[in-house]
Amino acid sequence: MNSHPTSQHDSGLVVEGLTVVTDERGTPVVEDISFAVPAGQVMGLVGESGSGKSTVGVALLGLARQGLRIAAGRVCIDGVDILSLQGKSLQDARGRLVAYVPQDPISGLNPALSVGRQLREAIAIHRDTVRAGETIRGRVRQLMDEVGLPSTDAFLSSYPHQMSGGQQQRVAIAMAFSCRPRVIVLDEPTTGLDVTTQRRVLNTVRELTAEHNVTSVYVSHDLAVVAQLADQTAVLYAGRLVERARTAAIFRGARHPYTVGLLKAVPSPARSEILVGIEGRPPRPGRWPHGCPFADRCASVVEQCREELPVLRDLGDTESHEVRCFRPEPPLSVAHAKEPVPILPGHPQPILAVRSLVACYGPREVLRDITFDVEKGRCTAVVGQSGSGKTTLARSLVGLHQAWAGDVSFAGAGLGPDPRRRTKEQRRTLQYVFQNPYSSLNPRMTVRENLEEPLRYFYPQLSRRERAEKVHDVLATVALSTAYTERMPHQLSGGERQRVAVGRALIVDPEVMVCDEITSALDVSVQALLVEQLRRLQVERGLSMLFITHNLAVVRSIAQEVVVLCDGVIVEHGPVDQVLDHPTHAYTQQLLADLPSAEGDNTAA
Amino acid sequence: MTTTTIGPNSAEGTAPPAKQRGSVRRILQGALATRRGQVGLALTVLVVGFAFIGPFVPSRSPVEFSGVPYSLPGNGAGLLGTDALGRDVFARLLDGGWSLLLLATISTVAAVLVGTVAGVVAAYRGRRTELFIMRSVDIMLAIPQLVFVLLIVSVIGAKVWLLVLAVTLCQAPQVARVMYAASQDICERDFVKAVALWGMAPRTVIRRHVMPSLTTPLAVETGLRLSFSIILISGINFLGFGTKPPNPSWGVMVNENRLGLATNYWGVLAPAIMLAILAVGTNVFADALARIAFGGGESEETPAVAGLELAKS
Repeated sequence: MNSHPTSQHDSGLVVEGLTVVTDERGTPVVEDISFAVPAGQVMGLVGESGSGKSTVGVALLGLARQGLRIAAGRVCIDGVDILSLQGKSLQDARGRLVAYVPQDPISGLNPALSVGRQLREAIAIHRDTVRAGETIRGRVRQLMDEVGLPSTDAFLSSYPHQMSGGQQQRVAIAMAFSCRPRVIVLDEPTTGLDVTTQRRVLNTVRELTAEHNVTSVYVSHDLAVVAQLADQTAVLYAGRLVERARTAAIFRGARHPYTVGLLKAVPSPARSEILVGIEGRPPRPGRWPHGCPFADRCASVVEQCREELPVLRDLGDTESHEVRCFRPEPPLSVAHAKEPVPILPGHPQPILAVRSLVACYGPREVLRDITFDVEKGRCTAVVGQSGSGKTTLARSLVGLHQAWAGDVSFAGAGLGPDPRRRTKEQRRTLQYVFQNPYSSLNPRMTVRENLEEPLRYFYPQLSRRERAEKVHDVLATVALSTAYTERMPHQLSGGERQRVAVGRALIVDPEVMVCDEITSALDVSVQALLVEQLRRLQVERGLSMLFITHNLAVVRSIAQEVVVLCDGVIVEHGPVDQVLDHPTHAYTQQLLADLPSAEGDNTAA
Repeated sequence: MTTTTIGPNSAEGTAPPAKQRGSVRRILQGALATRRGQVGLALTVLVVGFAFIGPFVPSRSPVEFSGVPYSLPGNGAGLLGTDALGRDVFARLLDGGWSLLLLATISTVAAVLVGTVAGVVAAYRGRRTELFIMRSVDIMLAIPQLVFVLLIVSVIGAKVWLLVLAVTLCQAPQVARVMYAASQDICERDFVKAVALWGMAPRTVIRRHVMPSLTTPLAVETGLRLSFSIILISGINFLGFGTKPPNPSWGVMVNENRLGLATNYWGVLAPAIMLAILAVGTNVFADALARIAFGGGESEETPAVAGLELAKS
């Protein structure tokens, strides 16, 4: 096992018929996954939450989460089937043949040991991977150089909590590469990082993959990241592969209706486009239908789809392009998937005017001299990386953060920091939607009760019937059927919860809605639905919005004005198209350059 | 236009829109499905039933002389023999439980009410209110419970209402601390902040939005406090406060008859066994509740669990 065969034939990763089932009933969670990735390449494994992508990822190490087990299949790395190994030889294979980079680096690093010590320890376990003439310390320094971290003693003797998220993630990557494995599984390693750090980490992954001729499997929900990084891409839906091809072939010519749907849902940083979401949600394990699991959400469904499960078949002319569909769509490119957003007419008046706002956390100023307007019926986006103060801005305006000063006028009247000093009318017409839909609804109340709560307070004179009518109307506005009224929040998906939360803000007819990262916890297909609903409210109700986000691509789709925040200061401010097409400030330019694009047009390494 | 694709979501799934209301009921049912819960409840019901049916069971008088002191069972001395003054031990056992349980229940309910209000208000209001309430709680927790009760009772006199008040004052800080820890987490949730932002009165926010999420720790805490109240009150009885002689009480009986332990051990053993079974039963049942409420990862949201566990440690 010490000598790795490098012949073209069996080098790389070959997965055949991988099936993971639940321990108890043997219900399949992931079924019949097969793919092959040659050495030196990156494979992107894309899927929305619950698709089973992480289950596949860890199964490549011969592992299954608690309650699950690998029931069938082969995972061959350079000809060695990991799943057939046991005990000592399996332990030996993990780390040396296949290594894993977790989503949250801090959970993968021991907080009580210095990073240098942890790296040395990892290498010492597989001591024979240290080549002749190398020392363990030398190897650690080499690894740090490779991932772009300082290899000084001072850095190596620091602890994980003393590093930034990006540095932690690169240490985790160095750890994975430490024993010269043949396959690296990366499970959403950049999800918690901002775009600039994400770009550096992605570059590291790409360089190391090529340099060491290893196979990388990159598990992600982010289409744009995969489009940039991966050589080939597999799309997972309800535990099965639905499409697999070279990355360019997927993003320039998607065939499966689900992949096509995803491409129509992913916002483009380059153009303002109308996003199209996918209604419904994938079937859960144990509820998989007889036929195609996507049939219920598919526009081109036919009788056959519900009767039998389509097989994964190769549609490619010159190269492999596998699709699991009876009626594949004509090839669709992400660049032509969507229609442009119509331009809103007129010159509206400002409804929320912020002048020279300064906010503090204790003695520290986190926002300085913030001045901008939100216009009637328009959306102003506030973008910036984590720590830029964008959430503090939103919280200050709605009254959750009170340590601020400045001149804010809302619908002609002044707005002070203390929400108790505001008029009831102001509190009603300025509504806030929280980032996390899992904590913003009362878990002990039904959807109807949650929606009625603001009505009971703001309109106590309404009769029970009038309240029911309003709930009914607002559910229709956020595109949920009345069947949801008596459900409890925990019975809803994240996207449905967020729609209820938006509904709770809308039900009292607000003038301005402050949305704090409301799409960041959602899958792209659901994000698209929400963004389009908000846009429709802008047009139909004249709703104005302050939209806080770190996602520049979403800004393109929803906002008309954009404010770029950096370290608590507005560095750029203007119409969306102008700012994003011709950024003048270096910070904005950097943000845009680092932004991954599903169109893959800025793939500079 | 593409916007028309956003039609109403079809009501998905076969699951009926079952309301997961009344988490207390869910936890009770869950606890009763476990062995631990069944045993705990059975033991508790056994003793409670005995105590409350006891006075109605026809038997000899619990306060009158019926035989030679400290005679063993049999020979006309009753089922469990006689006590230090020659009274029937079994009759006194039948009659001596209900007052104890009643006092324990009243003081527990009072303590849970006071403690919950204090703890939740402290967590919700924060700042000075929190400082004042929680530091007061700390001070009260620093005083040993039994010493505190004895102090009050011996200064003011052995009155029943005073005993209830003293036990309530002992237990309330404990409840306050647990409920404070539990509600701190709930008060930080977005849904509470959302309604507070509208300008809803704090009292309404607490009642409608904070309390419903606290039913679980509340149920567990009540069970736990009840068993501690029983132990505390019987301990006070043992020391001669609370129940006026010659009226029987299990705690009093243990004290009265301890000198005759070698002769008729039933005079001490019988009430002691009842107290032990009760304490074990309520404790085991509260434990079963806690395990169902906090142990199982079946529900997504785990209201106020971490806080509670923290407070216990």
